[in-house]
Amino acid sequence: MSMQAEPLTRRGKKGTGAGPENKEVGQDRKQKTQGRAAALLIIPSMIVLGIVIVYPVVDAIVMSLQKDAGLDPATGSFVAGGFAGLYNYIHWILQQCNTPGGQASCPAGTLGSQFWSATGTTFLLTVITVALETVIGFWMAIIMSRTFRGRSALRAAVLVPWAIPTAVTAKLWFFIFAFDGIANTLFHTSILWTGSEVPARSAIIIADVWKTTPFMALLILAGLQMIPDQVYEAAKVDGATAWQRFTQITLPLVKPALMVAILFRTLDALRMYDLPAIMTAGANGTTTLSILVVNQIRIGFNSAAALSTITFLIIFIVAFIFVRFLGANAVESATNSGKVK
Amino acid sequence: MSVSTLDPRAAKAVARRRERWASSRTYISAAIILIWCLLPFYWMIVTAFRDVGYTFDPTPWFTHVTWDNFTTVFSESLGNHFARNLLNSLIVASATTAVALLFGVFAAYALARLEFRFKFLVLGFVLGASMFPGVAIVTPLFQLFTNIGWFGTYQALIIPNISFVLPLTVYTLTSFFREMPWELEEAARIDGCTQGEAFRKVIMPLAAPAVFTTAILAFIGAWNEFLIASQLSSEATKTVTVAIAYFAGSQPHQEPYTAVMAAGTVVTIPLVILVLVFQRKIVAGLTAGAVK
Amino acid sequence: MRHSRKFASLAAVSVLAMTLAACGGGGSGGGSTSGGLSGDAGANLDGRGPITYVQGKDNSNVVRPLVDKWNADPAHKNEQVTFKEQSDKADQQHDDLVQNFQAKNTGYDVVDVDVVWTAEFAAKGWLQPLKDKLAFDTTGFLPATVATATYKGTLYAAPQTSDGGILYYRKDLVPTPPKTWDEMMGMCPIAKKNNIDCYAGQFAQYEGLTVNAAEAINTAGGVIVDKNGKPAVNTPEAKAGLTNLVQAFKDGNIPKQAITYQEEQGRQSFEAGKLLFLRNWPYVYNLAKTDGSSVVKDKFGIAPLPGKTGPGASSLGGHNIAMSVYSKHKATAMDFMKFMTNEETEKFYATQGSLAPVRADLYADKDLVKQLPYLPVLLTSIQNAVPRPVSPFYPAVTQAVQINAYAALKGDKTVDQALTDMQAALAAAGSQ
Repeated sequence: MSMQAEPLTRRGKKGTGAGPENKEVGQDRKQKTQGRAAALLIIPSMIVLGIVIVYPVVDAIVMSLQKDAGLDPATGSFVAGGFAGLYNYIHWILQQCNTPGGQASCPAGTLGSQFWSATGTTFLLTVITVALETVIGFWMAIIMSRTFRGRSALRAAVLVPWAIPTAVTAKLWFFIFAFDGIANTLFHTSILWTGSEVPARSAIIIADVWKTTPFMALLILAGLQMIPDQVYEAAKVDGATAWQRFTQITLPLVKPALMVAILFRTLDALRMYDLPAIMTAGANGTTTLSILVVNQIRIGFNSAAALSTITFLIIFIVAFIFVRFLGANAVESATNSGKVK
Repeated sequence: MSVSTLDPRAAKAVARRRERWASSRTYISAAIILIWCLLPFYWMIVTAFRDVGYTFDPTPWFTHVTWDNFTTVFSESLGNHFARNLLNSLIVASATTAVALLFGVFAAYALARLEFRFKFLVLGFVLGASMFPGVAIVTPLFQLFTNIGWFGTYQALIIPNISFVLPLTVYTLTSFFREMPWELEEAARIDGCTQGEAFRKVIMPLAAPAVFTTAILAFIGAWNEFLIASQLSSEATKTVTVAIAYFAGSQPHQEPYTAVMAAGTVVTIPLVILVLVFQRKIVAGLTAGAVK
Repeated sequence: MRHSRKFASLAAVSVLAMTLAACGGGGSGGGSTSGGLSGDAGANLDGRGPITYVQGKDNSNVVRPLVDKWNADPAHKNEQVTFKEQSDKADQQHDDLVQNFQAKNTGYDVVDVDVVWTAEFAAKGWLQPLKDKLAFDTTGFLPATVATATYKGTLYAAPQTSDGGILYYRKDLVPTPPKTWDEMMGMCPIAKKNNIDCYAGQFAQYEGLTVNAAEAINTAGGVIVDKNGKPAVNTPEAKAGLTNLVQAFKDGNIPKQAITYQEEQGRQSFEAGKLLFLRNWPYVYNLAKTDGSSVVKDKFGIAPLPGKTGPGASSLGGHNIAMSVYSKHKATAMDFMKFMTNEETEKFYATQGSLAPVRADLYADKDLVKQLPYLPVLLTSIQNAVPRPVSPFYPAVTQAVQINAYAALKGDKTVDQALTDMQAALAAAGSQ
């Protein structure tokens, strides 16, 4: 019934010709050469990632331990802040600010007072958009995988939202959701899309779902295409209903692709910036962590570096949970490769 | 199974009716998807063709049609070099896709096929690239690349782009490679192929849908990259996303909606064509795999 | 395969460079902002040679002809100017400048800075003080514009273009424009009778709200930051100012959708004939006259912003031109700054780009006024203008103002609470 069934029979056929001794010799040689081969194959990727990721991350961590430059009241010039220890981290997590009266909780209107609300907003937007994108993307992929006339046109059309640069998309939706914009005109409504919390978040969610569902759909579609038609036909012959076929064949077989798609969408959504920045500028409960980072960069780098590092850790934890407990399959199956073989 | 006990002709009719119903349902769904995906795009095109003096006119069909916005987009006298920008984007995105795919296939092959220690660590490291807020990467990279004189070069754009698309490339390819019937590769080796040949001639055709899908995603990702390009490109290497951000109204405070939408249209259409071409490849890849 | 090897070696080289950069840059990470301030500011004062001028998108093709003109002058054969164009977005311009100043880029000789960034860049030691050898004569410049370029008593930039808010009104419905805020509110029944909205400005949560809130507070006699740079917004005057806006929202004199308005949405509404009064910048004038979709082409007039008793206190927009301390050719840079702000150039800004001049006498120039009829009104506006807080922490200041003013306008907070929070947030911004 499952994918493994077929390869097994295939191996059965071809394997017999090879003979068991041959295999064992191969196994032995494998042990010695595979490590080195793997290293050679992986190194190019590691180097590129190293330059672009490791250096900035290390840089950020070093910076985050420095105080931001403060103003010398006498000269009016900025002077370096010196070593700060974990002050910048405490500042964000406990929402404590330096005030003329000493340490106190950050007053409304400072960036420091927005850390937890931004974290909440980021997670809320992530959960809703990723859930919607997964469901709609799956549905789109199933439709696209069917054979019918105009299928390739549909596939191209679905990619249009994903292909438009994000900055243009954000502008487009900002324009659409203006009070006198096309959305209100078309539906004869007078909703203040960017004027209060629920509509503003909905507008961002709609725009994000529109833009990134194709990404989901395409990855899931590729997964669907790897399932041989014979598997379905066999199931049909066995009298499985459409729902049974979906839950017992499609879902398990697509799961690796699906988990990768969800994992990457989640990581991207947790760093969402352009859409809320352009559509609402973070007003009405739409300030995400990335918006907070950008705003803070304009005020003080070192504190922004701490916030970036915190964001990094939050996303790391989410990814870890994904990979460890929800079985983002690329990792799980890859680490188990020895066993499965 | 119960169907077979019925009169065969009636059963056929039922099946045909069911099929027709299924296919019309497919068409209805396809239509809904089309409308959902293309309606905002349609509005973008309508705006792109609208006279700038009617920017805010909410008439939902084509009125006050003009080519002016497209002329503006390509107008060198206004300081726009959009054709050049398109070429730059093409260079950056193609190079990124090619290299990321090559590296990605290497890494994914190792991760899916070979046994070695620290595999989990490698996968975690690859994923780490997708965890740091993009905006926080720009400043250190800017300093690094200006220090080594890479400012305004193509590699200053391509290398960060590779690292942005590489995690997804590696993960997708790994997960698909896991599902490959590797026995075929072994069989091919026994037939006298080297491991490389076996991989190329047997596995790659089977993996084509996944590889092309990954290529499309990588290409679009690189094509749409903005942050790095906005800081590290010079006039000569500026990409389209940056160029669009540089559009301006004829007056300060005036939002150049119509020009931006025209530029968005110009940028999107080559991608759609590209996807249409790639689609054929995907189908071709599939059938090739099936024949072998 | 050949390609991959090439890339691998390229990558290896850069890893090496990376470690070197890390070693070199690590120690001075925090010190780069103040490091050798006097050193850089004191160097290359007589330097002459080619320079680069950096400015945001040249919307209306003003800079290119000027640079061409400068370069065509045989005297500048060895002092050619290259124009580096930035994005159209203020935020991106700001970030790009910071990025390059931090890297001590000698290629950014002369830069165009928004009036609100001048203090920040000056305090960070990135702008050349315009004194002694590099003194800049501001005689004839509008005083408010000079104030935006001055930090701690020193001039750090030359005013280049200005901008002030003006009141657009429907002259077919209101024969004489209101002089005071109360008068304007008193005219709102006219709007109601004609089934249109009364007044709008820029009230979405973004920089425009800081401009509008500051205008309301300044007009009522309050301040956001006092003369010594200390926050002083929790006063009865400031409360009266902000209350004016809050009350107008409550009464419906400002339509509820104005909470989403930036400049363009207000213009759209006014051009569609749906608004009686609009606070906006001079750019609306030409567009409302010429836009195809404008139904108010000949039906609107302009006036200074309404105040408490006379003209209101506009916030000041516009740009200054400044010199980087890292420039190698400061003498050339100085000449170019003078060239970019001389009488003839200022006139060219106005005629070619509708950019408001910073020189007072140009507002009386007959030809100019004929072409830009709003100039006299704009002059009143700029003469009564108050610069937005001149603070090296401006990005934090504007956040504090925007977020709290927005909450008050929406009714999420009382005016008292909003001003208390604003005061506290401003104080926290200054004591980082």
